Amino acid sequence: MSILQITDLHVTVDTDDGTKQILKGVTLTIKDGETHAIMGPNGSGKSTLAYTIAGHPKYTVTGGTITLDGVDVLEMSVDERARAGLFLAMQYPVEIPGVSVANFLRTAKTAIDGEAPKLRTWVKDVNAALGAADLDPTFSQRSVNEGFSGGEKKRHEIAQLGLLNPKVAVLDETDSGLDIDALKVVSEGVNRFAANGDKAVLLITHYTRILRYIKPDFVHVFVNGRIAEQGGAELADQLEATGYDKYVKAAV
Amino acid sequence: MTVTDIARDSVASALEQGKVESHLHPSGSYDVADHTAPTGREEVWRFTPLKRLKGLASDAVFNASTTEITWNTPDGVRVETVVGEEARGLRGLSGYKPSTLFGARILADVPETLLVDVPDEAEVAEPVIVNLVGSDADNTEAGHVVLRFGKFSKAVVVLRHTGSAALAQVVEISVGDGAQISVVSLQDWADDATHLTQTEALVGRDASYKHTAISFGGDLVRMDANVRYAAPGGSAEMLGLYFADAGQHIEHRLFVDHNEPKTKSNAVYKGALQGKGAHTVWIGNVLIRKAAEGITTFEENRNLILTDGTLCESVPNLEIETGEIEGAGHASATARFDDEQLFYLRSRGISEKEAQRLVVHGFFNDLIRKIDVPAIEEQLVKTVEDELAKNVIGKNI
Repeated sequence: MSILQITDLHVTVDTDDGTKQILKGVTLTIKDGETHAIMGPNGSGKSTLAYTIAGHPKYTVTGGTITLDGVDVLEMSVDERARAGLFLAMQYPVEIPGVSVANFLRTAKTAIDGEAPKLRTWVKDVNAALGAADLDPTFSQRSVNEGFSGGEKKRHEIAQLGLLNPKVAVLDETDSGLDIDALKVVSEGVNRFAANGDKAVLLITHYTRILRYIKPDFVHVFVNGRIAEQGGAELADQLEATGYDKYVKAAV
Repeated sequence: MTVTDIARDSVASALEQGKVESHLHPSGSYDVADHTAPTGREEVWRFTPLKRLKGLASDAVFNASTTEITWNTPDGVRVETVVGEEARGLRGLSGYKPSTLFGARILADVPETLLVDVPDEAEVAEPVIVNLVGSDADNTEAGHVVLRFGKFSKAVVVLRHTGSAALAQVVEISVGDGAQISVVSLQDWADDATHLTQTEALVGRDASYKHTAISFGGDLVRMDANVRYAAPGGSAEMLGLYFADAGQHIEHRLFVDHNEPKTKSNAVYKGALQGKGAHTVWIGNVLIRKAAEGITTFEENRNLILTDGTLCESVPNLEIETGEIEGAGHASATARFDDEQLFYLRSRGISEKEAQRLVVHGFFNDLIRKIDVPAIEEQLVKTVEDELAKNVIGKNI
């Protein structure tokens, strides 16, 4: 059993114009076996939620709690959160020149598992994970995210999801900028992960397109730092037809 | 009028302002009497702590060497210490005309020359590795080294400095027409060594010359790596890697003199600093002379600050006398760790220290791959690892 519980979360960010309140009381419970989609217009705070869960230093939690299986996530460092079972697939994965994908994956796997992966099966596992994300085995010799196309970056995130096997996956606009083939590869990766049964998925997206391939159990509409409405998969269909306008107007 | 035309006009009008001579136009002389000891106020000496040079730049006695020099001689290569007429005949082989007292003194006074001679058209697969092992940090001494590469030859020469010494050195390199040459100078000295060295290379027609300067050890290392071209079409790749610990002064200056048309140069120097009083200096001088039409040049210096209390100086300097060029540019960046890189790695469970270690490794590996000398690659990676063990992994930073 894993439960990611977010309660009345308030988050600020420091900008040039002073401190800005982004999240204004978010409450959300995500259990294993569930896929939640968070949808909302630009600037509604979706990505802030993702990065706050992962512990990015740019965001300051001014109120509320996040727990994973009852343990305080906000007390953990960024790497402790990952070792506790949280994974964030980023919208803009960062380039690390000179560090090979192979070295990076092995170091991450060793950190998460607390021991080095078995040499004999590891290479096979890496190639399988890359292959499942439609990436060539030679990919592991390239520097992390350096010179990757937009699609390669996202597929590399999904390959990591498969290898690191977390409890909770947070996907921050992983669908943005993908063509239809890449979108299918990414969706299949997320579905494979979710099919393990004891996994939770928090899918953050601007568009309904990816929800044709990943079926959410719950849909939350995010507007102005709060959840404006919640429902099942049918809410996404409704959003596709009507857009975010009525929620945005209501929030003003 | 296109943008290029405007740029040309502005260069042209700048040139009409009358000639202002920068320090990139020294006259030079072989006569020791024409030179004076530096005071530290000169543009080319102002970053160097002269007091720690043990007089190497001024009046130190050049004693008998206590540095042991050994080498391998792959087939077809001649390596030996020559004296007398032959040694004298090699002075200035690279067109080097000293603009410093120590350079003039070395050419005039040092009796022997260490010569690495690669004949025309020789293709030497195995690197020539010259080991210079110092044994006395207080013995001021001087050396003259000549690397002569014949026409269309292919070779790699590594000068590896270890141990303790107080060494003033001139390295002259002549790259024959069409040759493809790589020279690595590795300063892996003990902590008490002092090394003042000048490398002067003359690159032949359509030849390619790669020079790699790597400095880890020593109390004070100052290397000037200069390049000129004997004819059009030559290219120079200038690489550098340095790592300064507490109290160390590591200074790299390069000067590419584009004196011929259609020549190329590309310089990439990367450094890291850690510990109180670690001091690095990088000066990248590039001169594009009026005759040097159609050239391209780019120089880049990147520094990674690993702890508080360090001092990093980086000065790219481009002097252009003609607008008729293909391209010219420079970049310099000095920073602490990139927070986004660390966040990305840590979000995959990697601890902060391990993430820092990966980032520094990556920073240098990028460059080590470009050196492309497998014989020393493994050792370089290990040396970087050892340097990091001193601070980044070992202690809080």
